[in-house]
Amino acid sequence: MSALIFAPLLIPFGCAVASLLARRNVRLQRRLSVAGTGALLAASVGLMAAVLQRGVLCAQAGAWPAPYGITFVADILSAVMVLLTGLMGFATAVYSMASMDEARERFGYYPLLHMLLGGVNGAFLTGDLFNLYVWFEVMLIASFVLLALGGERAQMEGAIKYVTLNLTASALFLAGVGILYGIAGTLNMADLSLKLRDTGHSGLVTCVAMLFLTAFGVKAALFPVFSWLPASYHTPPVAVSAIFAGLLTKVGVYALIRVFTLIFTQDIPYTHTIILWAAGLTMVTGVLGAFAQSEFRRILSFHIISQIGYMVMGLGLYTPLALAGSLFYITHHIVVKTNLFLVSGVAHRLRGSYDLKKLGGLYASAPLVAGLFLVPAMSLAGMPPLSGFFAKLLLTKAGLEAGQWAIVGVALAVGMMTLMSMTKIWAEAFWKAAPGGAAGPPPGRRELFCLLAPVILLAAVTLAIGLGAGPVLEVASRSAQQLMDNSAYVSAVLGEAGR
Amino acid sequence: MENLLALVIGVLYAAGIYMMLRRSLVKLIIGLALLSNAANLLIFTSGGLVPARPPLVAPGRTLPSAPFADPLPQALILTAIVISFGVMAFALALFYRAAEEAGADDLDRLTGTDT
Repeated sequence: MSALIFAPLLIPFGCAVASLLARRNVRLQRRLSVAGTGALLAASVGLMAAVLQRGVLCAQAGAWPAPYGITFVADILSAVMVLLTGLMGFATAVYSMASMDEARERFGYYPLLHMLLGGVNGAFLTGDLFNLYVWFEVMLIASFVLLALGGERAQMEGAIKYVTLNLTASALFLAGVGILYGIAGTLNMADLSLKLRDTGHSGLVTCVAMLFLTAFGVKAALFPVFSWLPASYHTPPVAVSAIFAGLLTKVGVYALIRVFTLIFTQDIPYTHTIILWAAGLTMVTGVLGAFAQSEFRRILSFHIISQIGYMVMGLGLYTPLALAGSLFYITHHIVVKTNLFLVSGVAHRLRGSYDLKKLGGLYASAPLVAGLFLVPAMSLAGMPPLSGFFAKLLLTKAGLEAGQWAIVGVALAVGMMTLMSMTKIWAEAFWKAAPGGAAGPPPGRRELFCLLAPVILLAAVTLAIGLGAGPVLEVASRSAQQLMDNSAYVSAVLGEAGR
Repeated sequence: MENLLALVIGVLYAAGIYMMLRRSLVKLIIGLALLSNAANLLIFTSGGLVPARPPLVAPGRTLPSAPFADPLPQALILTAIVISFGVMAFALALFYRAAEEAGADDLDRLTGTDT
């Protein structure tokens, strides 16, 4: 059982070490990265199946019993996130083979990619707050280097903003952890849940909750602390952008959902109302920011922000249906957003630019790419029967049931504006006639396969989530129940004492 | 002792945030270092101060005699120090490269990716 939980951590770190050892042999590193992420995907499918069958799984590192040692826990939420990490890692690894330049490959791109995946998985699986901080740092350090690798001026500028804001957030997180240890004398999340349950409306606990909201809010790019994201995500190579866009902010959202369902549930009317406001403002600012842009990846970056608003909205509403909606949204969003970035890379490869003014004519010259763009783009905007429609439908229904008309109105309006923004990309990059200017040499067959196979895979997953919305919703609902009634989580970690 | 440490932590946070709000890259990184040290001291203080009572087990016993200093916050701080050390080293290299690329250590001139 513990092998299932530790495999998603050990595989990426093993691959990182192996790729470092093979640093002179780029071809071997490439094969290793595809094989390693493939193995990671298989391991996470195994974990998912086990969690669905047997409920919350738990493993103690070093066999120290629960509140004293470091605990790793896999409930449905964690397992789904790990599964998505595996899938995105695999898609990015295949895509990198054709899109990453050899200089970056030589300077450790693949070891860093594995390290990043390992850090992300650690953050999803740990059951200890300080350990969560450590995993965040593992992930951040890998992402810092991936972002700056190559040393172009734009990358440096983006990386400064990214590094500064994320380090500030980490310091806030650490301060929150320290105060929480002072209050409760434990950092095991399940144990904290029990200990803080009895404190009632304590001002200090709410204050710490706000520290955590700020720290994770920066990492998730919530309003008003999102500005590092559009300043940095369009600067690295597209494969790096894609894995960042899919996974990193979602680690912040995951951490928010985890602590605000398991630990900080003392003063829900206060804390979760603030979260709901932040969600609404995040949606609106994100989508308005996207209108002002005319660069493919910057538009997509601003849409990440607005979509984060939807995911956090479900947490703010705090009903089982709303949380299920949030989980559905996260699942849908990770797949779709990574895919859109990958498509932007294909467009760049074919036309040599990310600027919408210089792009054009792709519908005529590459109809398959145009079709592959439409699937995630329309899903992002929420057109039926794609995955985004059901995600928005669930959140809308939950909002109406909770009587929060304003946020539902905002969510629907932002959905409409997302559609307008996606149509803009479609019209500019795909539909209008190609402007003059040099396009690169046409890609060879092998390169084309590596670029398009991940895009097709992720588009197929988007379609599957949309057409098979029933089973996905069932898993999301089960997960939401686990989150609302956290007794299963607590007793899996602490045993009988945790009842 | 708690009051003194609380004061020190407050001053460190204030100084750190002030430095981060300046335009110079060098001051920004000093501010970051101050901020992470303030957080470490905060953990140390909120973990509870028990002076001159190390958590040592006397011969022939299985538990240290109460009251004793909690060793866990110090273990946490040690981990945090190591991490922030590594991150600072990276940040210094990055900021140096950026200043070299831009030809200045002025943050207001590093706005190429903002709009």
